[in-house]
Amino acid sequence: MSGVLTALTDAGQMDTGEAILFWVLAPLIVIASLGLVFARKAVYAAVSVISVMIMLAALYVAQEAPFLGMVQVVVYTGAVMMLFLFVLMLVGVDAGDSLVETVKGQRIIGVLGGLGVLAVLSGVVGTAVYSQPSGLAAVEEAVTNPVGLAYVIFGQHAFALEVVGALLITAALGALVLTHRERLIAKLDQRTRLDARMRALAGGGTVTPLPAPGVYARHNAMDVPALDPEGRPIESSVNRVLKVRGQEADADEYAARVDRVLAGGWADAPEVTEAPAAPEVDAAPEADGAATDEPGDGPSSAAPETGADR
Amino acid sequence: MSLMSYVVLAAVLFAVGTTTVLVRRNAIIAFMGIELMLNATNLALVTFARMHGNLSGQVLAFFVMVVAAAEVVVGLAIIVAIFRARRSVSVDDVNLLKDVRDPA
Repeated sequence: MSGVLTALTDAGQMDTGEAILFWVLAPLIVIASLGLVFARKAVYAAVSVISVMIMLAALYVAQEAPFLGMVQVVVYTGAVMMLFLFVLMLVGVDAGDSLVETVKGQRIIGVLGGLGVLAVLSGVVGTAVYSQPSGLAAVEEAVTNPVGLAYVIFGQHAFALEVVGALLITAALGALVLTHRERLIAKLDQRTRLDARMRALAGGGTVTPLPAPGVYARHNAMDVPALDPEGRPIESSVNRVLKVRGQEADADEYAARVDRVLAGGWADAPEVTEAPAAPEVDAAPEADGAATDEPGDGPSSAAPETGADR
Repeated sequence: MSLMSYVVLAAVLFAVGTTTVLVRRNAIIAFMGIELMLNATNLALVTFARMHGNLSGQVLAFFVMVVAAAEVVVGLAIIVAIFRARRSVSVDDVNLLKDVRDPA
């Protein structure tokens, strides 16, 4: 790697390898940066800027600045652009530009302004006189690039570095203050929630969660109310959305079935109940196939079996 | 082939960033245009450091990166705060200070 780097950057002149790297990367960089102007969605623009930054990092490494190349990848691509993506997700990824122009002809003026900046800059770049590039080999004769940078930063610019540290802390605090939201009501802690539920219990509420529908009942479906231990349907176990839509199964029908079984009859039809004098309650489900099982029967019958197994 | 081409590339990138800021009305995209301009400046600084055999250009680019990071943090926080208040990230919708009276 370092051998390649020195070959690329010998004496500050661009040799063939670096020229190939530049002419491959530079058009890609320009195309990707144009994505920022033309991309309709902000996420595409962010992705194109990320690719621009990664390719710029490669150019830094080729230009005897490997430390800045790594910092470019870590800070810009890794931190700054990820922050951009987070904010994009926060405000909604499909928040596109409005096509209504508030200022008439703003796009044309904007593009003309950009071209004007390009003209001014290229005029400056074209007319400036450049000395023979000297390269950084002379100042980095004994040290690597990060060490050479460290000598300059912590030697000549130590105070600026401290000021920049203060700036970073201030920026972090500023972000905290700007995104801080005042609470309109006091925060509900666990104790307040518990007290509220106990007060609601005195007024007829429940402390526990509501029972799930269909459990202990004949069906395993959402629209069938659960049965309590006495065989009564629990109306509150069915989701109120189903009640609003009218998709709830009739609770009274199930209550009537339970009543018939408890009275010693068949669960299903009233005319069948007259035929047998006293049918066994336990036998009714098997014979009927659709009858309500007697509540509490399952656990009580299951217990002896497990006992026998042991 | 001289190092000029890097400076030209930096100029082009800077112009594209300027165009983005002038044309796009989504505040986040305009902000990314500013980032692109800062990156173009960094490329020019790195090139000049190599041209003159002086590490100060790279140090300056390093400080530009740090300041850009701080700027992004504050700027995105402002964008999020405006989005919470106005449910929009378009720079056209932030017009509370505009004088909307009829020019009588």
